[in-house]
Amino acid sequence: MTSMLVPLFTAPVIEFRELAPVLILFAAAIVGVLVDAFLLRDWRRWRDEIQMGLLIGSTVAALVYVVLNARKGLSGPLAMGSLMLDGPTYVAWGALLVFGLLAVLVFRERRVNGGVTVFASAASSVPGSVEEAEADRVRLEQTEVYPLALFALTGMLVFVAANDLLTLFVALEVFSLPLYLLCGMARRRRLLSQEASLKYFLLGAFSSGIFLFGVALLYAFAGSFRLGDIAAAVTAPQYGRGLLYAGLVLLVVGLLFKVGVVPFHNWTPDVYVGAPTPVTGFMAICTKLAAVLATLRVLYVALGGERWSWQPMLAVLAVLTMALGAVAGLTQRDVKRMLAYSSIAHAGFLLTAVVGASQDAARTPTSVSAILFYLIAYGFATVGAFGLVTMVRNEAGEDNSFAAWSGLAKKNPWIAGLMSLFLLSFAGIPLTAGFIGKWTVFAAAWRGGYSWLVVVAVLLSLVAAYFYLRLIVVMFGGEPARNSFVSEASGWTWVPVLIGAAATVWLGVLPDSVLSVASGLGTFLR
Amino acid sequence: MNPENMLMLAAILFAIGGMGVMLRRNALVAFMCVELMLNAANLALVAAALMHGRLDGQVASFFVMVVAAAEVVVGLAIIVTIYRTRRTTSVDDANLLNL
Repeated sequence: MTSMLVPLFTAPVIEFRELAPVLILFAAAIVGVLVDAFLLRDWRRWRDEIQMGLLIGSTVAALVYVVLNARKGLSGPLAMGSLMLDGPTYVAWGALLVFGLLAVLVFRERRVNGGVTVFASAASSVPGSVEEAEADRVRLEQTEVYPLALFALTGMLVFVAANDLLTLFVALEVFSLPLYLLCGMARRRRLLSQEASLKYFLLGAFSSGIFLFGVALLYAFAGSFRLGDIAAAVTAPQYGRGLLYAGLVLLVVGLLFKVGVVPFHNWTPDVYVGAPTPVTGFMAICTKLAAVLATLRVLYVALGGERWSWQPMLAVLAVLTMALGAVAGLTQRDVKRMLAYSSIAHAGFLLTAVVGASQDAARTPTSVSAILFYLIAYGFATVGAFGLVTMVRNEAGEDNSFAAWSGLAKKNPWIAGLMSLFLLSFAGIPLTAGFIGKWTVFAAAWRGGYSWLVVVAVLLSLVAAYFYLRLIVVMFGGEPARNSFVSEASGWTWVPVLIGAAATVWLGVLPDSVLSVASGLGTFLR
Repeated sequence: MNPENMLMLAAILFAIGGMGVMLRRNALVAFMCVELMLNAANLALVAAALMHGRLDGQVASFFVMVVAAAEVVVGLAIIVTIYRTRRTTSVDDANLLNL
C-alpha cells in the first residue's frame, strides 16, 4: 500500500533541445544577476557591456534555436507535458524574442538623455535625498534592469507554451514580478514611477490571487492541472458544473487583467505613464502578446467544450473594451496616456477574434493565426512608437504632452513622419500592417459567426482612428512648441524604430510572407 | 472531514481577502489580504487533492507558497520604497497619476 502514498519516483524526461530557448534565456538572466553581484573591481566598469552582451547573445541564440527547431518540425508535449511545443508556440516565441530584444535595446539609450540611461542611478534611494545626488554624481547605474528583463522574457516564453495550469501560474508570476520592479525605476519623475509600480503590483497581485483561485477550482472540478484532462472533464464531468463555471470566470478574470480588458484595465493608463518609456514599450507588446496567447490556449484547449458559456461573456467585454478604449482615447492630451488607451482598444479588437473561436484549419485565417498576425503587426508599431516618444523632450526630461508635440513636423519631419506611420498602422489604414491585422482578426470573428460584433468593432475602430489622426494633425498642423525639442538619439533607439517602421510597411504591402507562416502554424496541439 | 466543506471555507477566506484588498486603505494590509487569497487557494488545492485522492494538488500548494514568498520580496521592496519617499503607505495618497 505504500506505493499509493509514495509513488515510485521516476526521473522526468526533459527535452533540452526543444526547451533550449527558455533555458538559454534563464541561464543568461542568472549569470546576469551573478555578474552584477560578484564582478571584481577592475571589471565593474564593463558591467554594462557584459550585461548587454549577455542579453543580445542569449536572445539571438534562443531565436536561432526557435528557427532551427521549427524547421526541423519538432513539436509535442515537453517536460512531462507541462509545456506544449506547437505552431502557435513557435510563432509566439519568435515574436516575443524579437520584440523583447528590440524593446530592451532602447533601455541602453544614453545620448538622448544627456549621457545617462532612463533608469534611476540608485532605485532604492529616496528621491531628492543626498544618497540620490551622490549616486548621480558618481554615475552609478542599475544594470539589474537587463537580467530583470530577461527573467520577464523567460516567464513569457513559458507562459505562452504552458500546458498545465500550475505552470501557467508560476510563469505568470515569473514574468510579472520583474515588470513590477522595472516600472518603479525611472530616473526622472520618480514619485510617479514608484506610484505606478505600487499600483501595478497591488492590482497584479490581486489578479493573480483571483487567477490562482480559479486554478484551484478547476483542479477541484477536473482532478488535474493538465489542459487536456480539463477538456476531458468538461465533456464527462465527475463533479458539479458549479466548480467549472466559478473556476472559468475567476481564471479568465486573472488572464484578462494582464491583457488589459475592461473592466480590468484600470492599471493600464497609470502604469504606462508612470513607467520609464522603454519599459512601457516592452510591457505594451510583450505582456499583451503573452497574455493573449495564454488566454487563447486555456480557452480553446481546456475550455473549448464550454465555449457557449464564455463566448457571450467575452463578446460583451470586447464591446466594452473597444468602446472605452476608443472614447477615452479621444479626450487624452498626453501621448503615452493616449497610447495606453489605444492598447486597451487593441485588446478589444483582439478579443473579437478570441470570441469568434474560428478554428477550422481548412478555412484560414483561424482565430489563432489572425491574432498572431495582429500581435506581430501591433508589436512592430508599438516598439517604434515608444522609441520615438523618448526623443521629444524639454529641459527637465521627456515631454509627452500634446503641447510639446505640436508642430513637430517643422522641427524634425523624420520623427513626425515615422510617428505618423505607426499611428496610421494603429488606426488600421490600408498599406500598413495594422490594416491587414484588423482585417484578419475581423474575418476570423466573422467566420466564427459573430458578425454583429464585427460591425460594432469596425465602427469603433473608426472612432479610434480619429484620435490617432488628431495627433498627426497636431504634429503637422500645430504651431511649433517653444519649450520642447527633439533630442538626438543613438543607434540603440534608432535601430528598433527603423526595424519597426520597415516591418510595418513590409507587412502592410506584402503581408503574405508572415500571414502564410502564421496560418500554417495556427493550430494548438492538444 | 468532508472536502466540500473545506472548499466552502476556502471560498469564504478568499472572499474576505478579496473584500480586504478592495476596502482597506493601507497598502501593507491590502497586500496581506492578497496573501490571504493565495492561502485560500492553497486550502482549496489541498481539499481538491483529497477529493480526488491525488497528490499533485498538495505539491501545487508548495509551488504557491514559494511564489507567494517571491511576491512578498518584490512587494515589500516596492511598499518600503514608497514609504520612505512619502512617509505613508495609504493607497489613497498615491494619486499623482490620476490626471
